[in-house]
Amino acid sequence: MKISWWKILCIVLLTYVLLGGLLLEVPRKAILNETIRNIYFHVPMWFGMMALCGCSVYYSIRFLRKPDLLSDIKATSYASTGMLYGILGIVTGAVWANYTWGKPWSNDIKQIGAAIALLIYAAYFVLRNSITDIDKRARVGAVYNIFAFAMLLPALWIIPRMMESLHPGGMGNPGADPRDMDTRMRMIFWPAAVPGFILLGLWISNLITRLRKIEDKNLLHA
Amino acid sequence: MPHIFTLLKKDILLELRQQYTFYGVLLYVASSIFVLYLAIQQPESDVWNGLFWIIQLFICVNAVAKSFLQETKGRMLYFYAIAGAQHFIIAKLLYNTFIMLLMSLISLVLFRALLGNPLVNFWQFTGIVCIGSVSLSLVFTMLAAIAAKAQQQASLMAIMGFPIIIPQLLLLMRISKAGMGEAFQAGALSDMVWLLCGLDTLVMVMAVILFPFLWKD
Repeated sequence: MKISWWKILCIVLLTYVLLGGLLLEVPRKAILNETIRNIYFHVPMWFGMMALCGCSVYYSIRFLRKPDLLSDIKATSYASTGMLYGILGIVTGAVWANYTWGKPWSNDIKQIGAAIALLIYAAYFVLRNSITDIDKRARVGAVYNIFAFAMLLPALWIIPRMMESLHPGGMGNPGADPRDMDTRMRMIFWPAAVPGFILLGLWISNLITRLRKIEDKNLLHA
Repeated sequence: MPHIFTLLKKDILLELRQQYTFYGVLLYVASSIFVLYLAIQQPESDVWNGLFWIIQLFICVNAVAKSFLQETKGRMLYFYAIAGAQHFIIAKLLYNTFIMLLMSLISLVLFRALLGNPLVNFWQFTGIVCIGSVSLSLVFTMLAAIAAKAQQQASLMAIMGFPIIIPQLLLLMRISKAGMGEAFQAGALSDMVWLLCGLDTLVMVMAVILFPFLWKD
């Protein structure tokens, strides 16, 4: 293992989130009860997904500016980790919704947004697999990645503010409003859960990239 | 600017001479709406609305998919030599928007004639249809350009396009209800229309920026 400071930080933060999130005091609220602890795991998935997909688009733009197969590999590894986070976000959300809203899926506008994001990234991988030429695949994939991300942003950031939603903060801030959260929970959520899970995502992507670099060794040095 | 008009003129002339896409898509519109009529004569307004937009979606995939497929490799090389990528994509966007507007209006008339008329405010709904068909054609033109680079055209376009178009379709179905007599909060309707126009602008800007990368081979 290549040890660097951010990997150690990631382990420390996530250990704190896991122990603190499950053991420390949380406010008692009707309906939510102890499920409120899920906020440490469900919400950071979306922050992580946005960060990872942002990285993926960054590398796609870099590829178009200066064609280099390594950027393409990085773009796909970030996209696949982002998709993993999206799936985990939907699953943790469905489990939570099952106990608080009565059913796992209720066609909430934010659930739809999450499903759209997953479909878009699934289409990205299908598109890539349908092209055999490596350079062309990288280029067309990068174009779709940038285009789809640009179209996804309004779906995730603007439309949820205009429609009614079961999620808290509807008709206003669709994300978590820092002022709404209990002080005890804020101490775990903002400094540890969000950066911790983002770091974990970067770490996973890093591993995928390194694996792909070994697999495609002959391509990269050709 | 003259390049764009020449390319646009070429597309329209080709259409007038071959008359293949136009009548092909027209037949597609007519027969799918006729099948719908046989299946559920006069549906309620919500069903009418949903069916209308789904049919628009499929018409758009069919009408636009052809626009890049018909250009052979040799012809693309010729365009490459005489015009810029931006001119080419703008001409395509304009042409497809025009075709799609025409098809949407025809299908609106057919829907009204065959599937009943739940519309309270016909002209308002017509306006919404125009906005919607522009949005659909712009997004799918860009996707057709991407799909043309991969081999399986139509299926790939659907896979790539449907998730991207869902937000716009949801907005369109929402504002369509204004034409069916639903009252909106003050400002909500114009907010959504502005958002749709903003999305259209975004698609055009992205197409102009990204198409040059698709174009070189």
